[in-house]
Amino acid sequence: MTRNPQLDAHGALRHLLSIEGLPRDVLVNILDTARPFVSVTEREVKKVPVLRGKSVFNLFFENSTRTRTTFEIAAKRLSADVINLNINASSASKGESLLDTISNLSAMDADMFVVRHAQSGAPFLIASHVREGISVINAGDGRHQHPTQALLDMYTIRHYKQSFTGLTVAIVGDVLHSRVARSQIHALSILGVPEIRVVGPKTLVPDSFSRMGVRVFNRMEEALKGVDVVSMLRLQNERMDGGLLPSAQEYYKSYGLTAERLALAKPDAIVLHPGPMNRGVEIESSVADGSQSVILPQVTFGIAVRMAVMSILGVG
Amino acid sequence: MSTQPTFPAVDSSALPAVDTLLDALVEQIRPQVDPARCGMVGIHSGGVWIAERLHRVLGLALPLGTIDVGLHRDDLETSGLRIRMRASMIPFEVAGADILLVDDVLHTGRTIRAAMNELFDYGRPERIRLAALLDRGGRHLPVAATFLGAHVEIEPGREIVLDRCASGAHADTLLLKVQPRSGPRESAT
Repeated sequence: MTRNPQLDAHGALRHLLSIEGLPRDVLVNILDTARPFVSVTEREVKKVPVLRGKSVFNLFFENSTRTRTTFEIAAKRLSADVINLNINASSASKGESLLDTISNLSAMDADMFVVRHAQSGAPFLIASHVREGISVINAGDGRHQHPTQALLDMYTIRHYKQSFTGLTVAIVGDVLHSRVARSQIHALSILGVPEIRVVGPKTLVPDSFSRMGVRVFNRMEEALKGVDVVSMLRLQNERMDGGLLPSAQEYYKSYGLTAERLALAKPDAIVLHPGPMNRGVEIESSVADGSQSVILPQVTFGIAVRMAVMSILGVG
Repeated sequence: MSTQPTFPAVDSSALPAVDTLLDALVEQIRPQVDPARCGMVGIHSGGVWIAERLHRVLGLALPLGTIDVGLHRDDLETSGLRIRMRASMIPFEVAGADILLVDDVLHTGRTIRAAMNELFDYGRPERIRLAALLDRGGRHLPVAATFLGAHVEIEPGREIVLDRCASGAHADTLLLKVQPRSGPRESAT
Protein backbone atom coordinates (compact mmCIF):
# COMPACT_ATOMS: atom_id res chain seq x y z
CA MET A 1 0.00 0.00 0.00
CA THR A 2 1.33 3.44 -0.83
CA ARG A 3 1.66 5.88 1.99
CA ASN A 4 -1.15 8.42 2.47
CA PRO A 5 0.28 11.70 1.10
CA GLN A 6 -1.37 13.57 3.96
CA LEU A 7 0.70 11.83 6.63
CA ASP A 8 4.43 11.98 7.34
CA ALA A 9 6.61 8.94 8.00
CA HIS A 10 5.52 8.93 11.66
CA GLY A 11 1.81 9.02 10.80
CA ALA A 12 1.43 12.68 11.79
CA LEU A 13 -0.72 15.01 9.71
CA ARG A 14 1.31 16.94 7.12
CA HIS A 15 -1.46 18.15 4.79
CA LEU A 16 -5.23 18.02 5.11
CA LEU A 17 -6.50 17.06 1.66
CA SER A 18 -9.22 14.50 2.21
CA ILE A 19 -10.95 12.75 5.07
CA GLU A 20 -10.72 9.48 3.18
CA GLY A 21 -7.91 7.33 4.47
CA LEU A 22 -7.20 9.29 7.64
CA PRO A 23 -6.85 7.16 10.76
CA ARG A 24 -9.46 7.59 13.47
CA ASP A 25 -6.98 8.93 16.03
CA VAL A 26 -5.94 11.73 13.66
CA LEU A 27 -9.58 12.84 13.37
CA VAL A 28 -10.16 12.54 17.12
CA ASN A 29 -7.01 14.55 17.83
CA ILE A 30 -8.25 17.37 15.57
CA LEU A 31 -11.62 17.40 17.36
CA ASP A 32 -9.94 17.32 20.80
CA THR A 33 -7.54 20.09 19.84
CA ALA A 34 -10.42 22.26 18.64
CA ARG A 35 -11.99 22.36 22.08
CA PRO A 36 -9.59 24.86 23.70
CA PHE A 37 -9.86 27.02 20.59
CA VAL A 38 -13.60 27.41 21.16
CA SER A 39 -12.77 29.07 24.49
CA VAL A 40 -10.28 31.39 22.73
CA THR A 41 -13.14 32.86 20.71
CA GLU A 42 -14.98 33.75 23.93
CA ARG A 43 -12.24 36.10 25.19
CA GLU A 44 -11.81 39.81 24.81
CA VAL A 45 -8.56 39.20 22.88
CA LYS A 46 -9.45 36.34 20.54
CA LYS A 47 -5.89 35.52 19.64
CA VAL A 48 -3.22 33.02 20.62
CA PRO A 49 0.43 33.10 19.51
CA VAL A 50 0.55 29.57 18.05
CA LEU A 51 1.36 30.56 14.43
CA ARG A 52 3.17 33.82 15.17
CA GLY A 53 5.59 34.61 12.37
CA LYS A 54 4.03 32.14 9.94
CA SER A 55 2.45 33.05 6.62
CA VAL A 56 -0.79 31.47 5.47
CA PHE A 57 -1.78 31.95 1.83
CA ASN A 58 -5.44 31.60 0.98
CA LEU A 59 -5.45 30.46 -2.64
CA PHE A 60 -8.98 30.62 -3.94
CA PHE A 61 -9.15 29.50 -7.55
CA GLU A 62 -12.93 29.35 -7.08
CA ASN A 63 -14.84 32.11 -5.34
CA SER A 64 -16.09 31.51 -1.83
CA THR A 65 -16.14 34.56 0.36
CA ARG A 66 -17.55 32.65 3.27
CA THR A 67 -15.09 29.77 3.43
CA ARG A 68 -12.19 32.12 2.73
CA THR A 69 -13.31 34.38 5.55
CA THR A 70 -13.49 31.54 8.09
CA PHE A 71 -9.96 30.41 7.18
CA GLU A 72 -8.77 34.00 7.34
CA ILE A 73 -10.27 34.52 10.80
CA ALA A 74 -8.85 31.19 12.01
CA ALA A 75 -5.35 32.05 10.80
CA LYS A 76 -5.50 35.57 12.23
CA ARG A 77 -6.65 34.28 15.60
CA LEU A 78 -3.56 32.07 15.57
CA SER A 79 -1.45 35.23 14.97
CA ALA A 80 -0.39 34.13 11.47
CA ASP A 81 0.01 36.60 8.64
CA VAL A 82 -2.69 35.98 6.07
CA ILE A 83 -2.42 36.71 2.38
CA ASN A 84 -5.60 36.31 0.33
CA LEU A 85 -5.18 35.58 -3.33
CA ASN A 86 -8.07 35.42 -5.71
CA ILE A 87 -6.26 33.57 -8.45
CA ASN A 88 -9.03 33.87 -11.02
CA ALA A 89 -8.33 37.53 -11.15
CA SER A 90 -4.56 37.33 -11.39
CA SER A 91 -2.02 34.81 -12.66
CA ALA A 92 -4.35 32.19 -14.09
CA SER A 93 -5.89 34.73 -16.43
CA LYS A 94 -2.39 35.61 -17.62
CA GLY A 95 -1.70 31.98 -18.47
CA GLU A 96 0.63 31.01 -15.62
CA SER A 97 0.39 27.33 -14.74
CA LEU A 98 -0.88 26.22 -11.34
CA LEU A 99 2.51 24.83 -10.31
CA ASP A 100 4.36 27.97 -11.44
CA THR A 101 2.00 29.99 -9.26
CA ILE A 102 2.77 27.70 -6.32
CA SER A 103 6.54 27.85 -6.89
CA ASN A 104 6.39 31.63 -6.91
CA LEU A 105 4.35 31.82 -3.73
CA SER A 106 6.63 29.28 -2.04
CA ALA A 107 9.55 31.54 -2.84
CA MET A 108 7.75 34.21 -0.81
CA ASP A 109 8.26 32.02 2.28
CA ALA A 110 4.75 30.63 2.61
CA ASP A 111 4.21 28.16 5.45
CA MET A 112 0.72 27.03 4.54
CA PHE A 113 -1.58 27.06 1.53
CA VAL A 114 -5.34 26.94 1.91
CA VAL A 115 -6.62 25.87 -1.50
CA ARG A 116 -10.09 26.05 -3.01
CA HIS A 117 -10.27 24.81 -6.59
CA ALA A 118 -13.07 23.81 -8.97
CA GLN A 119 -10.95 20.89 -10.15
CA SER A 120 -11.07 17.74 -8.02
CA GLY A 121 -7.58 16.77 -6.93
CA ALA A 122 -5.94 20.18 -7.39
CA PRO A 123 -4.87 20.42 -3.71
CA PHE A 124 -3.23 16.96 -4.04
CA LEU A 125 -1.22 18.17 -7.02
CA ILE A 126 -0.09 21.23 -5.07
CA ALA A 127 0.76 19.17 -1.98
CA SER A 128 2.93 16.85 -4.04
CA HIS A 129 4.97 19.80 -5.34
CA VAL A 130 5.51 22.00 -2.30
CA ARG A 131 8.80 21.79 -0.47
CA GLU A 132 9.20 20.16 2.94
CA GLY A 133 7.72 22.31 5.68
CA ILE A 134 4.85 23.75 3.67
CA SER A 135 1.39 22.37 4.44
CA VAL A 136 -1.65 22.34 2.18
CA ILE A 137 -5.25 22.45 3.39
CA ASN A 138 -8.02 21.55 0.98
CA ALA A 139 -10.80 24.13 1.33
CA GLY A 140 -12.97 22.35 -1.24
CA ASP A 141 -11.97 20.78 -4.55
CA GLY A 142 -14.57 20.18 -7.25
CA ARG A 143 -17.00 17.44 -6.29
CA HIS A 144 -14.31 15.65 -4.34
CA GLN A 145 -13.74 16.74 -0.73
CA HIS A 146 -14.23 19.53 1.78
CA PRO A 147 -12.49 18.06 4.80
CA THR A 148 -12.65 21.01 7.23
CA GLN A 149 -16.42 21.32 6.69
CA ALA A 150 -16.83 17.63 7.56
CA LEU A 151 -14.61 18.05 10.61
CA LEU A 152 -16.62 20.98 11.92
CA ASP A 153 -19.77 18.95 11.36
CA MET A 154 -18.22 16.10 13.36
CA TYR A 155 -17.25 18.55 16.11
CA THR A 156 -20.83 19.85 16.19
CA ILE A 157 -22.30 16.34 16.33
CA ARG A 158 -19.94 15.30 19.13
CA HIS A 159 -20.70 18.51 21.02
CA TYR A 160 -24.43 17.79 21.06
CA LYS A 161 -24.44 13.98 21.05
CA GLN A 162 -21.25 13.32 23.08
CA SER A 163 -20.23 10.31 21.02
CA PHE A 164 -20.64 8.79 17.56
CA THR A 165 -21.49 5.24 18.49
CA GLY A 166 -25.17 4.43 18.30
CA LEU A 167 -26.06 7.42 16.09
CA THR A 168 -28.17 7.43 12.94
CA VAL A 169 -27.31 10.30 10.61
CA ALA A 170 -29.27 11.35 7.51
CA ILE A 171 -27.62 13.43 4.80
CA VAL A 172 -30.27 15.13 2.66
CA GLY A 173 -30.05 16.67 -0.79
CA ASP A 174 -27.70 16.74 -3.73
CA VAL A 175 -25.35 14.05 -2.45
CA LEU A 176 -24.06 13.28 -5.95
CA HIS A 177 -22.46 16.67 -6.54
CA SER A 178 -21.59 17.44 -2.94
CA ARG A 179 -18.02 17.40 -1.70
CA VAL A 180 -19.44 18.12 1.76
CA ALA A 181 -21.53 14.93 1.70
CA ARG A 182 -18.59 12.85 0.47
CA SER A 183 -16.33 14.14 3.25
CA GLN A 184 -19.08 13.69 5.84
CA ILE A 185 -19.69 10.07 4.83
CA HIS A 186 -15.97 9.27 5.19
CA ALA A 187 -15.70 11.07 8.54
CA LEU A 188 -18.85 9.50 10.00
CA SER A 189 -17.68 6.01 8.95
CA ILE A 190 -14.18 6.48 10.37
CA LEU A 191 -15.59 7.78 13.66
CA GLY A 192 -17.85 4.75 13.99
CA VAL A 193 -21.37 6.00 13.21
CA PRO A 194 -23.28 2.74 12.67
CA GLU A 195 -25.98 4.04 10.32
CA ILE A 196 -25.49 6.68 7.66
CA ARG A 197 -28.45 7.43 5.39
CA VAL A 198 -28.45 9.51 2.23
CA VAL A 199 -31.68 10.81 0.79
CA GLY A 200 -32.76 12.75 -2.27
CA PRO A 201 -34.21 12.26 -5.74
CA LYS A 202 -32.70 9.39 -7.76
CA THR A 203 -31.01 11.90 -10.09
CA LEU A 204 -29.02 13.32 -7.14
CA VAL A 205 -28.81 10.26 -4.89
CA PRO A 206 -28.26 7.23 -7.11
CA ASP A 207 -28.31 3.69 -5.70
CA SER A 208 -24.59 3.38 -6.38
CA PHE A 209 -23.97 5.31 -3.15
CA SER A 210 -24.67 2.15 -1.22
CA ARG A 211 -21.13 1.14 -2.23
CA MET A 212 -19.87 3.75 0.24
CA GLY A 213 -21.52 1.81 3.07
CA VAL A 214 -24.55 4.06 3.39
CA ARG A 215 -28.30 3.37 3.11
CA VAL A 216 -29.89 5.07 0.12
CA PHE A 217 -33.40 6.53 0.42
CA ASN A 218 -35.48 8.39 -2.13
CA ARG A 219 -38.35 9.22 0.22
CA MET A 220 -37.67 11.83 2.87
CA GLU A 221 -40.34 10.48 5.25
CA GLU A 222 -38.69 7.06 5.42
CA ALA A 223 -35.16 8.40 5.71
CA LEU A 224 -35.83 10.72 8.64
CA LYS A 225 -37.53 8.16 10.84
CA GLY A 226 -35.72 7.92 14.18
CA VAL A 227 -32.53 9.76 13.15
CA ASP A 228 -30.32 11.63 15.63
CA VAL A 229 -28.79 14.03 13.12
CA VAL A 230 -30.20 15.60 9.94
CA SER A 231 -27.50 17.09 7.76
CA MET A 232 -28.91 19.24 4.98
CA LEU A 233 -26.99 20.07 1.82
CA ARG A 234 -27.32 23.25 -0.16
CA LEU A 235 -29.21 22.88 -3.42
CA GLN A 236 -27.24 24.59 -6.15
CA ASN A 237 -29.33 26.49 -8.63
CA GLU A 238 -27.42 25.13 -11.59
CA ARG A 239 -28.94 21.67 -10.88
CA MET A 240 -32.30 23.03 -11.97
CA ASP A 241 -30.90 24.23 -15.29
CA GLY A 242 -29.25 20.90 -15.98
CA GLY A 243 -32.54 19.03 -16.02
CA LEU A 244 -31.76 17.02 -12.90
CA LEU A 245 -34.63 18.65 -11.05
CA PRO A 246 -37.94 20.06 -12.23
CA SER A 247 -38.04 23.19 -10.05
CA ALA A 248 -37.15 24.53 -6.60
CA GLN A 249 -40.83 24.34 -5.59
CA GLU A 250 -41.08 20.69 -6.63
CA TYR A 251 -37.89 19.91 -4.74
CA TYR A 252 -39.16 21.60 -1.60
CA LYS A 253 -42.40 19.67 -1.81
CA SER A 254 -40.56 16.33 -1.71
CA TYR A 255 -37.25 17.03 0.05
CA GLY A 256 -37.56 20.31 1.94
CA LEU A 257 -36.95 19.92 5.67
CA THR A 258 -40.23 21.10 7.16
CA ALA A 259 -41.19 21.05 10.84
CA GLU A 260 -43.63 18.25 10.02
CA ARG A 261 -40.91 16.07 8.49
CA LEU A 262 -38.40 16.88 11.24
CA ALA A 263 -40.96 15.54 13.73
CA LEU A 264 -40.27 12.07 12.28
CA ALA A 265 -36.71 12.21 13.61
CA LYS A 266 -35.89 11.68 17.30
CA PRO A 267 -37.25 14.49 19.49
CA ASP A 268 -33.70 15.59 20.33
CA ALA A 269 -32.41 15.34 16.75
CA ILE A 270 -30.19 18.19 15.58
CA VAL A 271 -30.23 19.90 12.18
CA LEU A 272 -27.01 20.83 10.38
CA HIS A 273 -26.48 22.89 7.24
CA PRO A 274 -23.12 23.97 5.78
CA GLY A 275 -24.56 27.25 4.49
CA PRO A 276 -25.45 29.34 2.70
CA MET A 277 -29.05 28.20 3.12
CA ASN A 278 -31.85 28.46 0.59
CA ARG A 279 -34.85 29.02 2.84
CA GLY A 280 -37.95 27.55 1.31
CA VAL A 281 -35.92 25.37 -1.07
CA GLU A 282 -34.13 22.81 1.09
CA ILE A 283 -35.19 23.99 4.53
CA GLU A 284 -38.22 25.67 6.07
CA SER A 285 -37.45 28.95 7.83
CA SER A 286 -39.00 27.83 11.11
CA VAL A 287 -36.70 24.77 11.14
CA ALA A 288 -33.59 26.80 10.23
CA ASP A 289 -34.29 29.14 13.14
CA GLY A 290 -35.81 26.50 15.43
CA SER A 291 -34.56 24.96 18.66
CA GLN A 292 -33.15 21.87 16.91
CA SER A 293 -31.07 23.88 14.47
CA VAL A 294 -27.34 24.01 15.24
CA ILE A 295 -26.47 25.90 12.07
CA LEU A 296 -25.02 28.97 13.79
CA PRO A 297 -22.99 26.97 16.36
CA GLN A 298 -21.55 25.14 13.31
CA VAL A 299 -20.12 28.44 12.10
CA THR A 300 -18.54 29.20 15.50
CA PHE A 301 -17.14 25.68 15.85
CA GLY A 302 -15.88 25.92 12.27
CA ILE A 303 -13.42 28.65 13.23
CA ALA A 304 -12.13 26.57 16.16
CA VAL A 305 -11.78 23.42 14.04
CA ARG A 306 -9.86 25.33 11.35
CA MET A 307 -7.64 26.81 14.06
CA ALA A 308 -6.98 23.28 15.32
CA VAL A 309 -6.11 21.96 11.85
CA MET A 310 -3.79 24.89 11.12
CA SER A 311 -2.10 24.53 14.52
CA ILE A 312 -1.52 20.82 14.11
CA LEU A 313 -0.08 21.39 10.62
CA GLY A 314 1.86 24.49 11.68
CA VAL A 315 3.59 23.32 14.84
CA GLY A 316 2.81 19.61 14.98
CA MET B 1 10.19 33.73 50.56
CA SER B 2 13.04 32.21 52.56
CA THR B 3 10.96 31.50 55.65
CA GLN B 4 9.52 28.29 54.20
CA PRO B 5 11.22 25.00 55.00
CA THR B 6 13.51 23.39 52.42
CA PHE B 7 13.31 19.66 51.73
CA PRO B 8 16.11 17.73 50.04
CA ALA B 9 13.94 15.65 47.73
CA VAL B 10 16.04 12.69 46.74
CA ASP B 11 12.95 10.52 46.41
CA SER B 12 9.19 10.77 46.83
CA SER B 13 9.26 9.72 50.49
CA ALA B 14 11.34 12.76 51.43
CA LEU B 15 8.65 15.12 50.19
CA PRO B 16 6.20 16.71 52.64
CA ALA B 17 2.55 15.61 52.56
CA VAL B 18 0.34 17.68 50.29
CA ASP B 19 -2.06 18.44 53.14
CA THR B 20 0.75 19.90 55.24
CA LEU B 21 1.75 22.17 52.37
CA LEU B 22 -1.87 23.17 51.77
CA ASP B 23 -2.25 24.11 55.46
CA ALA B 24 0.87 26.25 55.22
CA LEU B 25 -0.52 27.98 52.12
CA VAL B 26 -3.92 28.63 53.67
CA GLU B 27 -2.27 30.15 56.72
CA GLN B 28 -0.34 32.59 54.53
CA ILE B 29 -3.15 33.40 52.11
CA ARG B 30 -6.10 33.85 54.47
CA PRO B 31 -5.02 37.17 56.03
CA GLN B 32 -4.01 38.52 52.61
CA VAL B 33 -7.14 37.96 50.50
CA ASP B 34 -10.66 39.29 50.50
CA PRO B 35 -12.88 36.21 49.99
CA ALA B 36 -15.53 38.36 48.36
CA ARG B 37 -13.18 39.76 45.69
CA CYS B 38 -10.40 37.22 45.12
CA GLY B 39 -10.55 35.54 41.70
CA MET B 40 -8.67 32.26 41.93
CA VAL B 41 -7.26 30.62 38.79
CA GLY B 42 -5.66 27.16 38.81
CA ILE B 43 -3.18 26.10 36.13
CA HIS B 44 -3.89 22.68 34.56
CA SER B 45 -3.62 20.10 35.80
CA GLY B 46 -1.91 20.02 39.23
CA GLY B 47 -2.57 23.69 39.89
CA VAL B 48 -6.29 23.15 39.40
CA TRP B 49 -6.36 20.35 41.99
CA ILE B 50 -4.56 22.58 44.51
CA ALA B 51 -6.80 25.53 43.63
CA GLU B 52 -9.97 23.44 44.13
CA ARG B 53 -8.90 22.74 47.70
CA LEU B 54 -7.72 26.28 48.48
CA HIS B 55 -10.90 27.72 46.97
CA ARG B 56 -13.05 25.53 49.20
CA VAL B 57 -11.10 26.11 52.42
CA LEU B 58 -10.83 29.87 51.88
CA GLY B 59 -14.54 30.10 51.02
CA LEU B 60 -14.06 32.34 47.99
CA ALA B 61 -17.18 33.89 46.52
CA LEU B 62 -16.16 34.02 42.85
CA PRO B 63 -16.23 30.67 41.01
CA LEU B 64 -12.86 29.01 40.41
CA GLY B 65 -11.16 29.67 37.06
CA THR B 66 -8.92 27.21 35.24
CA ILE B 67 -6.26 27.84 32.66
CA ASP B 68 -4.41 25.53 30.25
CA VAL B 69 -1.34 27.36 29.03
CA GLY B 70 -0.88 24.96 26.09
CA LEU B 71 -1.56 27.61 23.45
CA HIS B 72 0.72 30.21 25.06
CA ARG B 73 3.80 28.07 25.60
CA ASP B 74 7.08 29.46 24.27
CA ASP B 75 8.31 26.10 22.94
CA LEU B 76 5.48 25.28 20.51
CA GLU B 77 7.82 25.68 17.55
CA THR B 78 10.17 22.95 18.84
CA SER B 79 7.85 20.76 20.89
CA GLY B 80 4.50 21.04 19.12
CA LEU B 81 1.04 21.08 20.64
CA ARG B 82 0.33 18.90 23.61
CA ILE B 83 -2.34 16.30 23.07
CA ARG B 84 -5.58 16.61 25.03
CA MET B 85 -5.32 20.28 25.93
CA ARG B 86 -8.09 21.55 28.14
CA ALA B 87 -10.16 24.63 27.45
CA SER B 88 -9.38 27.54 29.76
CA MET B 89 -12.41 28.77 31.70
CA ILE B 90 -12.42 32.05 33.58
CA PRO B 91 -15.98 32.40 34.92
CA PHE B 92 -15.54 35.94 36.31
CA GLU B 93 -14.66 39.35 34.94
CA VAL B 94 -10.86 39.57 34.68
CA ALA B 95 -10.70 43.32 34.05
CA GLY B 96 -10.04 44.93 37.43
CA ALA B 97 -9.94 41.58 39.26
CA ASP B 98 -7.66 40.67 42.16
CA ILE B 99 -6.32 37.37 40.87
CA LEU B 100 -4.60 34.59 42.76
CA LEU B 101 -2.91 32.25 40.30
CA VAL B 102 -2.28 28.74 41.65
CA ASP B 103 0.25 26.15 40.46
CA ASP B 104 1.68 22.99 41.95
CA VAL B 105 5.43 23.14 41.32
CA LEU B 106 7.26 26.35 40.45
CA HIS B 107 10.38 25.70 38.36
CA THR B 108 11.49 27.67 35.28
CA GLY B 109 8.68 30.23 35.55
CA ARG B 110 7.73 29.74 31.90
CA THR B 111 4.30 28.31 32.74
CA ILE B 112 3.56 31.34 34.92
CA ARG B 113 4.62 33.69 32.12
CA ALA B 114 2.31 31.84 29.70
CA ALA B 115 -0.57 31.89 32.21
CA MET B 116 -0.20 35.63 32.80
CA ASN B 117 -0.15 36.29 29.05
CA GLU B 118 -3.34 34.30 28.65
CA LEU B 119 -5.03 36.05 31.59
CA PHE B 120 -4.42 39.42 29.96
CA ASP B 121 -6.32 38.20 26.89
CA TYR B 122 -9.41 38.21 29.10
CA GLY B 123 -8.86 41.72 30.43
CA ARG B 124 -6.52 43.83 32.56
CA PRO B 125 -6.47 42.52 36.13
CA GLU B 126 -5.83 44.92 38.99
CA ARG B 127 -3.29 42.55 40.49
CA ILE B 128 -2.02 38.99 40.02
CA ARG B 129 -0.42 37.06 42.87
CA LEU B 130 0.95 33.55 42.75
CA ALA B 131 0.52 30.64 45.15
CA ALA B 132 2.60 27.50 44.61
CA LEU B 133 2.73 24.28 46.56
CA LEU B 134 6.47 23.81 45.98
CA ASP B 135 9.36 25.84 44.60
CA ARG B 136 12.11 23.66 43.17
CA GLY B 137 14.27 26.55 41.94
CA GLY B 138 15.91 26.69 38.51
CA ARG B 139 14.18 29.84 37.29
CA HIS B 140 14.60 31.02 33.67
CA LEU B 141 12.43 34.08 34.22
CA PRO B 142 12.09 36.64 37.02
CA VAL B 143 9.06 35.00 38.66
CA ALA B 144 8.47 34.44 42.38
CA ALA B 145 5.60 32.99 44.38
CA THR B 146 3.72 35.35 46.69
CA PHE B 147 2.58 32.39 48.79
CA LEU B 148 4.59 29.17 48.98
CA GLY B 149 4.23 25.78 50.69
CA ALA B 150 7.92 24.83 50.74
CA HIS B 151 11.20 24.88 48.83
CA VAL B 152 12.63 21.59 47.58
CA GLU B 153 15.99 20.62 46.23
CA ILE B 154 16.01 18.05 43.49
CA GLU B 155 18.67 16.36 41.41
CA PRO B 156 19.07 17.45 37.80
CA GLY B 157 17.24 15.27 35.27
CA ARG B 158 14.39 14.60 37.65
CA GLU B 159 11.12 16.36 38.24
CA ILE B 160 8.39 16.60 40.84
CA VAL B 161 4.85 15.90 39.71
CA LEU B 162 1.56 16.11 41.51
CA ASP B 163 -0.64 13.08 40.98
CA ARG B 164 -4.27 12.47 41.86
CA CYS B 165 -5.71 9.03 42.59
CA ALA B 166 -8.58 8.63 40.15
CA SER B 167 -10.51 5.93 41.99
CA GLY B 168 -10.52 3.52 44.91
CA ALA B 169 -10.37 4.17 48.64
CA HIS B 170 -7.96 7.05 48.14
CA ALA B 171 -9.85 8.66 45.27
CA ASP B 172 -9.07 12.37 44.98
CA THR B 173 -5.98 12.07 47.21
CA LEU B 174 -3.09 14.22 46.00
CA LEU B 175 0.42 12.80 45.99
CA LEU B 176 3.77 14.37 45.17
CA LYS B 177 6.24 12.17 43.28
CA VAL B 178 9.83 12.50 42.20
CA GLN B 179 10.47 10.90 38.80
CA PRO B 180 12.80 11.09 35.81
CA ARG B 181 12.01 14.08 33.63
CA SER B 182 9.35 13.41 30.98
CA GLY B 183 9.11 14.84 27.47
CA PRO B 184 7.90 18.39 26.85
CA ARG B 185 4.53 17.21 25.52
CA GLU B 186 3.58 15.82 28.90
CA SER B 187 4.86 18.57 31.11
CA ALA B 188 6.14 22.11 31.16
CA THR B 189 6.88 23.60 34.51
